[in-house]
Amino acid sequence: MKKIFLTAAGLVTLLQSFAQKTKDSTGFESRKLKIEEVNLVSSYYTQDGNNAAVTGGIGSEKLTDIANVFDVKLAMYDKKMRKHTFDAEVGIDHYTSASSDMIDLKANSSASHSDTRFYPSLNWSVENDAKGRTVGAALSFSNEFDYRSFGGNIIFSQKTKNRNGEFTAKFQTYLDQVKLVAPIELRTGGTQRHYDYPTTARNTFAGSISYSQIINERLQIMFLADIVQQQGYLSLPFHRVYFSDATVHQENLPSTRLKIPLGFRANYFLGDRFIIRSYYRFYTDDWGLTSHTANIEVPIKLTPFLSVSPFYRYYSQSAIKYFEAYETHTEQDQFYTSNYDLSKFTSNFFGAGIRFAPPKGVLGEKHFNMIELRYGHYIRSTGLTSDIISINLKFK
Amino acid sequence: MIPQKIKKNLIIMLSIITTSLLAYSCTTVKEYQKNRLNDGEMGLSNRKIEKTELSFQAYREGSSGANAGKSGGGCGCN
Repeated sequence: MKKIFLTAAGLVTLLQSFAQKTKDSTGFESRKLKIEEVNLVSSYYTQDGNNAAVTGGIGSEKLTDIANVFDVKLAMYDKKMRKHTFDAEVGIDHYTSASSDMIDLKANSSASHSDTRFYPSLNWSVENDAKGRTVGAALSFSNEFDYRSFGGNIIFSQKTKNRNGEFTAKFQTYLDQVKLVAPIELRTGGTQRHYDYPTTARNTFAGSISYSQIINERLQIMFLADIVQQQGYLSLPFHRVYFSDATVHQENLPSTRLKIPLGFRANYFLGDRFIIRSYYRFYTDDWGLTSHTANIEVPIKLTPFLSVSPFYRYYSQSAIKYFEAYETHTEQDQFYTSNYDLSKFTSNFFGAGIRFAPPKGVLGEKHFNMIELRYGHYIRSTGLTSDIISINLKFK
Repeated sequence: MIPQKIKKNLIIMLSIITTSLLAYSCTTVKEYQKNRLNDGEMGLSNRKIEKTELSFQAYREGSSGANAGKSGGGCGCN
């Protein structure tokens, strides 16, 4: 907590040093790069269950994760008065996992019981307000011990003539490398040292389109559709599968996967105090998984600057064709997994958030624009439960 | 080649979306009428504070995407 406040104090000082007027009395917009917004999001996540994929669908799923994301958005206008926005983000997660520790079944606290994930990204976009058009591009990187990813995307959006609708198209790609860390008893040629692990590719190509529409002064909706093609090594090498004859194998899943999620959002401002945020997603893929997600959140404005937001999310999915429980798969199966994340289940996620954005700034500091806290509890029908608490500090 | 089951589900979903679109008769809302729509909690995108939630859902569930965020790849998730 002390670190968060020290970081916050540092950000306020930084913002004060960058602060400048963007418009003078003649309406002239500054062409200098200025900080638009800074966000710091910290989360603590913890889960427990008894279906760890590392131990073949049995065993502890206990895991904790501390995530911190620092995000700075900068903007400037060019000679043609187009707005350029640059968004730099750095994320660091540190997690401990009881199941990852079981890559070596005899270890009590092996090197794999914890890891740190580092994921910076850089987004750029240029908005032509006169034409209602925005184009942009982004690059991302993610690294943890057994996984490395390079990502990129390009985006195009066009508003309708009356500025009440907007069409967006996006193409994303992730070129990933999976380190082949096998369960220790399945390694050949003795125990490998860290730098000996071979790697293999997992590539993802995704096309996304969305259309948002203002219906009236209180209601706006959005349709979203993705088509995602993944290819390469789509299993995880340290996931064990125990066959009915008690033999142990590495998870083996097909090398391609086609995913099609379709989503719908509708947000409605009810009266002067209530907002209804709703979301529904239908998902299907060629591994046989079909899912439905429904989410509702109702921010209640206690004052114009203070709101509480209870939320509820329901999720259900069917199992993929290649899932079976511990000691159920047979030698006849070409593909196999005992990962319960791909099994049939339903889940409920509920909680609440509180958001405070006073006009004179939080604690009277004008650049400290908003503070938000959110807690959620997750229950899955397989027995897995988790809790998450997050805080967002926003500076402007 | 899209499998038959996926095709069937897609047709059903697209029919629902098209019907919904046709059912709406939108009115043009002027900029000065958008004070409620411009409220910080009325945005149609994910909020910053949801970032870790969406990430753990992508790990713990078999589906992802159609939320203007990641739809696969970039992590050791499903």
